[in-house]
Amino acid sequence: MPFSPKLPAPSSARPCGLSRTQRIGLGGLEFIPDLSGALYVPDFKALLVADLHLEKGSSLARRGVYLPPYDTRESLSQLRSVIDAVEPAQVIFLGDSFHDGEARERFDASDLTALRAIAARQQTIWITGNHDPAPPRDIGGAIVDEVALGPIMLRHQPKSLAYGEMEIAGHLHPAASVAQRGRRIRCRCFIADRRRIVMPAFGSYTGAISVSSEPFDGLFEDYQVWMLGGRAIHRFPAAKVK
Amino acid sequence: MSPLPQRFLDWFASRGWVARAHQLAVIEHAARGESVLLISPTGGGKTLAGFLPSLIELAEPHSRDGVHTLYVSPLKALAVDIARNLEAPVNEMDLPVTVETRTGDTPHSRRRRQRENPPDILITTPEQVSLLVADPGAAHMLRHLKVIILDELHSIVTSKRGVLLSLALSRVASLAPQVLRIGLSATVADPDALRAWLVPTGTALAPLVMGKAGAAPHIRILKSVERVPWSGHSSLYAIPEIYDEIRRAKMTLVFVNTRSQAEMVFQSLWEANDDHLAIALHHGSLDVGQRRKVEAAMAAGKLRAVVCTSTLDLGIDWGDVDLVIHVGAPKGSSRLLQRIGRSNHRLEVPSEALLVPSNRFEVLECEAALQAAKVNAQDTQYPSVLKLDVLAQHILGRACAGPFKADEFFLEVTGAWTYRNLSREVFDKAVDFVATGGYALRAYERYAKLRRQGDGSWRLSHPLLAQAYRLNIGTIVEEEMLKVRLASVKRSLGKRVVTGGRVLGELEEYFLSQLAVGDTFLFSGEVLRFEGLDEFGALATRTTASEPMIPSYMGGKFPLSTYLAERVREMLGDPKSWGALPPQVRDWLSLQRCKSVVPSARQMLAETFPRADKHYLVCYPFEGRLAHQTLGMLITRRLERWGAQPLGFVASEYALVVWTVRDLSLLIDSGRLSLARLFEEDMLGDDLEAWLAESSLMKRSFRTAAIIGGLIQRRLPGKEKTGRQVTVNSDLIYDVLRSHQPDHILLRAAWDDAADGLIDIHRLGALLRRIRGQIVHRALDMVSPLAVSVLLEIGRESIYGEGHDALLAEAAGALISEAMRIV
Repeated sequence: MPFSPKLPAPSSARPCGLSRTQRIGLGGLEFIPDLSGALYVPDFKALLVADLHLEKGSSLARRGVYLPPYDTRESLSQLRSVIDAVEPAQVIFLGDSFHDGEARERFDASDLTALRAIAARQQTIWITGNHDPAPPRDIGGAIVDEVALGPIMLRHQPKSLAYGEMEIAGHLHPAASVAQRGRRIRCRCFIADRRRIVMPAFGSYTGAISVSSEPFDGLFEDYQVWMLGGRAIHRFPAAKVK
Repeated sequence: MSPLPQRFLDWFASRGWVARAHQLAVIEHAARGESVLLISPTGGGKTLAGFLPSLIELAEPHSRDGVHTLYVSPLKALAVDIARNLEAPVNEMDLPVTVETRTGDTPHSRRRRQRENPPDILITTPEQVSLLVADPGAAHMLRHLKVIILDELHSIVTSKRGVLLSLALSRVASLAPQVLRIGLSATVADPDALRAWLVPTGTALAPLVMGKAGAAPHIRILKSVERVPWSGHSSLYAIPEIYDEIRRAKMTLVFVNTRSQAEMVFQSLWEANDDHLAIALHHGSLDVGQRRKVEAAMAAGKLRAVVCTSTLDLGIDWGDVDLVIHVGAPKGSSRLLQRIGRSNHRLEVPSEALLVPSNRFEVLECEAALQAAKVNAQDTQYPSVLKLDVLAQHILGRACAGPFKADEFFLEVTGAWTYRNLSREVFDKAVDFVATGGYALRAYERYAKLRRQGDGSWRLSHPLLAQAYRLNIGTIVEEEMLKVRLASVKRSLGKRVVTGGRVLGELEEYFLSQLAVGDTFLFSGEVLRFEGLDEFGALATRTTASEPMIPSYMGGKFPLSTYLAERVREMLGDPKSWGALPPQVRDWLSLQRCKSVVPSARQMLAETFPRADKHYLVCYPFEGRLAHQTLGMLITRRLERWGAQPLGFVASEYALVVWTVRDLSLLIDSGRLSLARLFEEDMLGDDLEAWLAESSLMKRSFRTAAIIGGLIQRRLPGKEKTGRQVTVNSDLIYDVLRSHQPDHILLRAAWDDAADGLIDIHRLGALLRRIRGQIVHRALDMVSPLAVSVLLEIGRESIYGEGHDALLAEAAGALISEAMRIV
């Protein structure tokens, strides 16, 4: 009577791949969103990655919560796949790459090796975030608070922009939901208007909040979102999502 | 000679009673030191039978230095009533017996007093027994324990609560080996399973005592003058007739299967309530205070009818119910008998019940249930066994009570019948999981919850962990619920200002997240307007609308039982038995026979036909919604692979409909599609795995296992604000764990649960074996009479088989076509 099939086979949790159809424009530059949540800038051969939150899983162990300690491994292998596919000349992390100040000490040796290999492969820039105001210095790459990409500033937290200023930020972990056939489908997303792009969080244990919720109030005018589906990226105007 | 002492005989006589044979038999077994199972219908003095051995022993002078009897019932709300009912014999015979209750609501101070000065009889719940044995003082408190009474045993053994209780009982047996277990149960199909459950592994089955069956109930099926609808679940067509029945009876219980049905029926009855009868509503989402008020009003005889869900299935009498109306099909014969038993608790007088089918298929099901009830036939329900998440919780509890040796503890755990087949290897994995998470990557050794000591025993590493254990205990994982409050709206400076007022009850967060401000929905017996969410939950205002915009239809929680399904198939396949059916249903079946075919009991009918620009396959396995949903997922995958281009499917309790782009009749006739291969059992292999691994069902079952197993903490009321709780979404944890350690113990636990409960694999397997070589195919020009009922469900049920991307693309595409229209 008992029916006991094999357990589900291992699989890579999140898909990746540059969108073939979708582009996000800002400040005259063209950005290509990746299914993984990274953003590629062909003109600079730069890959942008926000909110890795490495070692978020192990951050709770002290309180007796033992989340599977594979989130760092998962995020890094995901990152590796994107870099292998895109072959950027530089990778810029938009802050909160490390979940807390002790994340470096909790790294498994093999994960540390993998991260150093990634940082050594191309020019690497770590922008500081509220979770990692002082990212570890022994990984490789430069540590900065902000960096300019042509006319656009890259920083962790969005700030109020003066006339003519533009930025790309992370920090907010945006998600959007759309209703179709009586179901509501919610995915991580990019959100952008004429002045600003906020990127989705890349890390495998990072949650997300709705673009219609309070932290996004007043940040965007007449925006669009690019939702990360399972196999493709889908664009929606603000009125269609919540 | 009666085993009852004179004092008790006098008491029985003073009440005009004679002790029943089953009550005496229980006393005799207990006197011989034997555990015993008593199966008896409601109204047979079952609870008193359970208590009599203890009362007789406690009637003698005794020292009071420990609990003598534990009474365990799954219903917390019942504890106070049971204690009150015990007062009668205790006071009237002047017995030196103290009785107290202990539930989740018992204040801390009283628990401490109970520990220092224990009562003779403690009335409690399964979770509290686990908490008791996890206390370092348990051995002391329970050292004189003689009897454990387990009430509603038939109900509790089928759930994880029962599994947790069985582990606690095994622990009690180690602390107090002399303890007898007295199981009290309603009639069940397989008493031997309960007899085995009740006693330690490897001992003889507990002796069985059967109470006398009561008078057979009078059950009628509503012969409506109205047309019975083709489909749907609301039964609104019958409201005038239901109202009429209520008017004629003294006190009616109107049972329905889901909360939304309860809301709908209640509202419609009020609209028809020209005589202003006192009709109330009772379901699990309503505020507790409101529910208690309804129960009190029932007990006081102030109500004429209560519309209720399973919340009133079990428990003591709240009033003089003389009629039970069951709206919608009863789904199982045991459930029906239990519900009918709520009326007229005197054994000698037959209970009165009326079944109101809400569509034509349900007429068949009601007829089958009626015949089953006539012969008192029960559904087979298997006790739930070997739950790894529950084991993990129990291991932590064991460590809270003090250090343990793995060898001894393993014997104790496998001493519970539910864990008799647990292997040592899996047990050790579970201990490792509790200690450090059980990961191949040994990341958490330095934070371990359990540490091994020099003598090989395991010890809790920090006393604070015991506190966390107490907060997270239990196996009931609720869906995330939000409070719904009645709000008032003021206009201030042209803006609507909404302020929250009294709490109406709770609704699933999932449902509320679908609503937009301004949507109306039915709750608490009225149509409410959604006003948004605040930090305390959802806000809503009253409206004058009579129809809600957002239907909260959800299919019944209870699938059609295997036993009833079989009876329905038999009845369908035997036209001679159709005489019992109402004429309109008979005509419907005759028409089906003429346009297509009515299958025999062993066959499964599959019909294919074109309609609009799509092609349909409708099959009628009659195996319940869950099994049909899984079947639908699997055959659409196959049809996809074979190029039939399926677009979606809908499963009902009785049938499954799949629609495709390609002409199925043509594919079958030309031999390019074989129905035999489509329904071949091997679909339960790789296809099932591939689908299930990605399925939200698996994620839901993982979340439950992760909470019960202690991997993630419960969201406790009032604690959300502290922000100290884990906020990592369990779906993300599932994805990461599945890709890096697919053999992890919690994934195994989640898989077992999903296979049992959520997708009904066992039943689907049985179905596929049953129909092998028995598929009857009809290629039709148009929809058949049976299929009409199924096709009408398409608009009501959510459609499966659409991936997220397909829906997203459709949503984005719909927008483009809208834009095109404007241009």
